[in-house]
Amino acid sequence: MTAGMRLFNFAAPSRFHALTGWLIPWLWVLTAGFAVAGLYMGFLVAPVDATQGNAYRIIFIHVPAAWMSMILYLAMAFWAAIGWAFRARMASMLARAIAPTGAMFTFVALWTGALWGKPSWGAWWVWDARLTSELILLFLYLGYIALVEAIDDPRRADQAGALLAVVGAVNIPVIYFSVRWWNTLHQGASISMTAAPKMASTMLMAMLLMTISFWAYAFAVVFMRVRAIVIERERHTAWVSELVRQRKDD
Amino acid sequence: MNWQSPSEFFAMGGHALYVWGSYGLTALLMVVEPWLAVRRRQRAMRDAALAEVWKEAEQ
Repeated sequence: MTAGMRLFNFAAPSRFHALTGWLIPWLWVLTAGFAVAGLYMGFLVAPVDATQGNAYRIIFIHVPAAWMSMILYLAMAFWAAIGWAFRARMASMLARAIAPTGAMFTFVALWTGALWGKPSWGAWWVWDARLTSELILLFLYLGYIALVEAIDDPRRADQAGALLAVVGAVNIPVIYFSVRWWNTLHQGASISMTAAPKMASTMLMAMLLMTISFWAYAFAVVFMRVRAIVIERERHTAWVSELVRQRKDD
Repeated sequence: MNWQSPSEFFAMGGHALYVWGSYGLTALLMVVEPWLAVRRRQRAMRDAALAEVWKEAEQ
């Protein structure tokens, strides 16, 4: 059997359930380890900002959370589309498991943005292109969750959710490029592929460490949720019966 | 070193509300969300176990 085939095996809910069960503790170790390193860099090593004072330290969670909010949306739309196109039920379950975590990070990006906007712009909120498109992202996540929960038949709910998720993906490039397309109050990208970073290397390091921590967190919590969803939806199958019987014995 | 004393650290140069308000809520959500996921999984396992008991009773 080729490696590709073996990887495809994890599309079976039983295999996916076993694999994620093994991965989750390690992901939590990574989350905590990188968070400690990132907070150490961010609060103890990175110097105070000349113009913004210490309020700028919000960047170490604001930017990683905003990145996660966009990346998780694309991941959700991707797996929802795969689940729809190939009738792959594990993919649809994964899309559903991603949504609450994506919504959480979107809320964190908006919340920390408000708390950063007040001392630096003098306003908690402005109807600027970047902020407004990020708020729309939160509504897309909430709309997706509400839609899939409202339809009783799981497969039909997955399809309706996939349609919403895929159409809503148009918003992601709008968020990303909003600071370039429109004249916004929000500052430009902190890091770009084409230019040198506009920040001190210790600040950049703190932000990247927090980003890795958030990635590990997202994987850990999404896997935990998907393991619950798998059991909820596969209750009638032989492998879940087997799993439950084993649990009762020990 | 950025800070001369713990109180200076907590004061964040007058930006304590904004900095700790950001970090505090983020930390809270990152504890609550996994906790909800654990509860959901426990509930799913309990329901599945109950379904097994019913199946056995019917046999």
